[in-house]
Amino acid sequence: MNPTHGKQLLPALGLSTALLLGILQSTAIADDGYRILQDQCAACHALQKPEKEGLDHVWERGGPDLYYSGVKFRHEWLERWLQDPQRIRPGAELYSRYVISTPDGDRIDGDSLPEHPVLEQEDAKAVASALMRLKGPDGLVEEGAYADEQVSSARAQMFFGRLRGCAGCHAIDPGDGGRSGPNLGSAGSRLQPDFIYSYIKNPQAFDPHVWMPRQSLSERDLQMLTGYLLQQRLLEEDDEE
Amino acid sequence: MTRILNRSACHCLLVLAACAVAVTAIANDEFEHAKKLYDTYCAQCHGMGRDGKGINSPTMSTAPRNHLSENIGNIPEAEMEKIIREGGLAVNKSVLMPGWESVMTDEEIKGMVSYLYEICCRENK
Repeated sequence: MNPTHGKQLLPALGLSTALLLGILQSTAIADDGYRILQDQCAACHALQKPEKEGLDHVWERGGPDLYYSGVKFRHEWLERWLQDPQRIRPGAELYSRYVISTPDGDRIDGDSLPEHPVLEQEDAKAVASALMRLKGPDGLVEEGAYADEQVSSARAQMFFGRLRGCAGCHAIDPGDGGRSGPNLGSAGSRLQPDFIYSYIKNPQAFDPHVWMPRQSLSERDLQMLTGYLLQQRLLEEDDEE
Repeated sequence: MTRILNRSACHCLLVLAACAVAVTAIANDEFEHAKKLYDTYCAQCHGMGRDGKGINSPTMSTAPRNHLSENIGNIPEAEMEKIIREGGLAVNKSVLMPGWESVMTDEEIKGMVSYLYEICCRENK
């Protein structure tokens, strides 16, 4: 063996070892995270696609299904949110279980809403890594579907608020929209673009009995709504840039 | 002979009564299922009290229908089915009422129409 070759191989070998160690370390973190998920989260969230996804499933679960988290969430958002969980669904899941009917109209009983546990930084990191490995069935999200074209905020806002009625159930700013659906003011920080596109296109593909109906939307509408929701980002993220 | 006839008549009555109980039970099952569907999909806007005052209603530009109103009873069955299946726009009403065919079967939509006819005028029956 030519000694020069050996000298060239050494750095490459070192790099490979470092990469391998990195992979092993991240696998170990994700494994730890999955153990936490199973011990602390599985009572409320489905970590695997449920065998029976009947109407009862949406009534019995305590939070959204997580078995496709890896194609839904942004990793960095998950890590942050798990350490400081802010309510995303004003009426939790299922909203009907937390509503009080009064002569003046229904209201959400804030005292009965469940609080999400807060995780320490290390655990949040591990759980976020584990969640990002849960991809759900193949083809659930249309990869590359979002075209990332420029979206007019004003036009999209009118579309979201009036022309398609999304604001009937979802608020961008708290108090400025419906309360039965998740608040979308942080959608761009929280969700992946292709997930937003695919979910709006067919919510029932993800959750057969979810209370968001499938709308008849054109490709142009889907792109515009996805682009608009991606513009809705947490303020601190904008400050970081 | 008379005793035999009486016994047959009693038997028929028992069978009829059993049938009536079975029919009522089926109707009750359908009613309960429609109620659960309502609490899942409709109550978010139309309210748990069915009065149009759901948690989403305060910020809506068009108020959701009050399903306890007698006017509901005047809407033809076919139109009711169309609104639930295809949404408000299909009958030139509000876009805020979406179509629900992605989560309700034809049978469930028919059951929902029966449920709405039942609750709208119950107090006046």
